[in-house]
Amino acid sequence: MKFKKILPQFLTLLFIVLIFGFFTMNAQENMDTRGIEFGFGFLTKEASFDIQFSLIDYDGSMSYARAYLVGLLNTLLVSFIGIILSTLLGAVIGVARLSPNYLIDKTASFYVEFFRNVPLLLQIFFWYFAALRALPMPEDAPLIFGSSFMTIKGLYTPAPIWNNFDIFMISLVVAMFVIYFFNKFAKKKQEEEGIQYPKFIISLGIFIILPLLTFIIGGVDLSWSFPELKQLAKTSFTYEGGMGIPPELIALTLALTLYTATFIAENVRAGIQGIGKGQKEAAASIGLTPNQVLKLVILPQALRIIIPPTTNQYLNLTKNSSLAAAIAYPDLVLVFAGTAMMQTGRAIEIVGITMATYLTISLAISVFMNWYNKRIAIQEK
Amino acid sequence: MNYLLTNKYKQKGRIMFKYLKQLTSLVAMVAVLFTFTTETMAAKKSKTLKNTQKKGFVRCGVSQGLPGFSNADAAGNWTGVDVDVCRAVAAAVLGDANKVKFTPLSAKERFTALTSGEIDILSRNTTWTLSRDADIGLTFVGVNFYDGQGFMVRKDSGITSTSQFKDGISACTNIGTTTELNMRDFFNSKGISYTPVAFEKADEVVAAYDAGRCDTYTTDKSGLAAQRTKMTNPDDHMVLPETISKEPLGPVVRQGDSVWEDIVRWSLNTMIEAEEYGVTSANADMMKTSENPQIKRLVGAEGEMGAAFGLDNEWNLRIIKQVGNYGESYKRNIADTGILPDRGPNELWTKGGILYVPPSR
Repeated sequence: MKFKKILPQFLTLLFIVLIFGFFTMNAQENMDTRGIEFGFGFLTKEASFDIQFSLIDYDGSMSYARAYLVGLLNTLLVSFIGIILSTLLGAVIGVARLSPNYLIDKTASFYVEFFRNVPLLLQIFFWYFAALRALPMPEDAPLIFGSSFMTIKGLYTPAPIWNNFDIFMISLVVAMFVIYFFNKFAKKKQEEEGIQYPKFIISLGIFIILPLLTFIIGGVDLSWSFPELKQLAKTSFTYEGGMGIPPELIALTLALTLYTATFIAENVRAGIQGIGKGQKEAAASIGLTPNQVLKLVILPQALRIIIPPTTNQYLNLTKNSSLAAAIAYPDLVLVFAGTAMMQTGRAIEIVGITMATYLTISLAISVFMNWYNKRIAIQEK
Repeated sequence: MNYLLTNKYKQKGRIMFKYLKQLTSLVAMVAVLFTFTTETMAAKKSKTLKNTQKKGFVRCGVSQGLPGFSNADAAGNWTGVDVDVCRAVAAAVLGDANKVKFTPLSAKERFTALTSGEIDILSRNTTWTLSRDADIGLTFVGVNFYDGQGFMVRKDSGITSTSQFKDGISACTNIGTTTELNMRDFFNSKGISYTPVAFEKADEVVAAYDAGRCDTYTTDKSGLAAQRTKMTNPDDHMVLPETISKEPLGPVVRQGDSVWEDIVRWSLNTMIEAEEYGVTSANADMMKTSENPQIKRLVGAEGEMGAAFGLDNEWNLRIIKQVGNYGESYKRNIADTGILPDRGPNELWTKGGILYVPPSR
C-alpha cells in the first residue's frame, strides 16, 4: 500500500534526476574534451572594456563582477523608469477610454490598438533610429528649459553638485517616516473621533519643508554645472559638463513605456468597468461628493481587479528591457551576457548568472506586488 | 503525534538516501561506458570528418554580411575569402566546393556555436589571440587575412589622423570583439576620455554612425573598408591611416579533433602555396605533368599527401580547381569589388608581403 504510493513519485524523481544528470554529464564531458573549465574565478579578473553609461564608478580596469553590477543597475534603472511612466500613462489612457468625449475615447482606443499590435523590437528600432535621424547635431541643438539640449548624442541637462548630500537624503527618509506616522494618526482620529485632516496637503508640506530646512540649518548646498558646447573637430561637436543622458536610454524607455502602457490602460479600464454602477449610485445617495466616490468607493475596489494583471505587465517590462542589446544601451544582457561572455568565453556560467538575476528581479517584483495586493484586498473581519 | 511524524519522515529520508546511492553508482557506470565508447571512436578516425562525410556537407559559421569576407547575395549565394576557406574544405573532404551549409553568426554567438557543435569550422574574420586559443576550447588553424584595427571619420570633420582626437569623442563599435579592448588600450595610452557606443550587430553600428551618433567608427580596417560601401554616401567617409592593433584573422575549429584541425589548416595552406607556385584553377590539371616535384605534390600527382587525413590523393587538386588559389580568391572577392585593391601585408612573402606557409610535403 505504502509502496504503491511512493513508487510513482520515486519514478518521477528518478526521471528528473536522470535527465538532469545526463545533461550535466554531457556538458561536463564536452567541456572536458574541449579543454574548458567550469568556474566563477573569472568574475574577479580585470574586465578591460569600457561601458558607455554607468550609474556607479566604473572603468575597464575594474573586475567583471563590477561590470555585472553596472549592467544590473542599468537594467534596474530602465525598468524602474519604465514601470513608473507606463503606470502613469496607462492610468490616464485607461480613464480616457471611458471618457464620454468621442474624440478622447477614440484617440485613446487608436493608441492602444496601434502600440500593442506592433512588435516591441520594431518599436525600439523605430524610436532609436527615427529619433537619431530627427534629432539635431549638437551644434544646432536648440536650448530647452533654458539650460538643456536635446541632441543626437543625447540629452544634456544641468548636473546637480551637492554638498552634504547624505544629510539631505536622511531628511527625506525622516520625512517619509513622519508622513507615515501622521497618516496612521489621522486615520485613527477619523475612525475614533470622526475628525478629518487634509492628509494630502499636510503630507506634501512635510515632504517639502523638512528637506528645505536642511538647506538652511543642515549645511546642505546645491549648485549646478551646465553643459557647454565643445568642438571636437571642424564639424563635430559635443557637450561638456552637466549630465548626459544617452539617446539609447531615452529610446528604450520611450518604447517600453508606450508599449506596456497599452496593456496597463486596458487593465485600468477593465478594473473601473468591473465595478457595478449601483456602487456609484449608492455612494452618491449617501451624500459623498464625486471625488469621495472615486477615492473611497470606486478606486479601492477597482485596484483589486487592476493589480494582478498589472504585476504581469511590470514583469514583462523588466524582461523586455533585455532588448536593449539591439540599440547599444548597456544593460545586463549587452554588458554581461554580451561583451563579458565573449571576452571570457564562460557561456554556461554567465548565462546561468544572468538567468538567476532576471529570476530574482521578477520574483522580487512579484513578492512586492502580491504584498500590495493582499494589503488592499477585502479584509474579512 | 509530532514524534511519529518526524520518525515517518526520517524513515522516508533513509529510503530515499538508499535509492540515491544506488542511483549515483548507476550514473557513474553509464558515464564510464559513455567515455569509453566515444574515445575509441575518436581514436580511429576524426569524429568531425566522419560526421561531415555522413551528412554530405560542411557546416561553416560565417559573418552576418561583411562584403569581401562572407556576404550573401540576393539569391543566397555566399562569397568572400572566409567563405572560400570552407569551400576549400568541402572540395577536399566531399569533392564538391558547393557542399557547404553556411550559418551566419554575430560576434557574440560565434564561439558558442563552434564549441557547442552547431558548426564545424568558424571562418568569420576572427582574430587569433592567446586567450581565445588557449582558454575557451578553440584552436586557430592559420591566418587567411592580416588585418589591424583602424578608425573611420567623416571627411568634412577635417580629422586626418588619430592624433587630432580630443576628449569627449564618441566611438561606435561592435560588442564581443577584440575591438572593444583595443579601443580602450588606445584611448587610455593617449589619455583621451571617450564614450564607447557598442552594438550587437554590425548593421546597427553602421546605421548609428551614419546618422551621426558617433564621431568615429572603429573596427578592423578591412571591415571599415567593407562597411563604408554600405553608408548613405560612402565618399563622405574616410579611414584614418593609423593602425592601432594586430588582427590576424583566420579560421577556427573546436579543440580536441586534431585530424579535422589538420584538414582545415592544410586546405588553407594549399590555397596559399598554390599561388606561390603559380598553380591556378585554370592550369591545375596541366600542372600534373610539371617537372617540379613540389608542384606535383600540390596537385596530387606525387606522394600520398591525403592519406594522413584519411582523404584520397587529389584532395588538394580539387581545392585548386574548384576554389582557386589564394590570389584568385583575393582578387575575386576583395580587389575586384573595390574593397581593398592593394593587398598590403596579404601578399606572398616572395612579393613583399607576409603570407608564408609551411610546405606540403
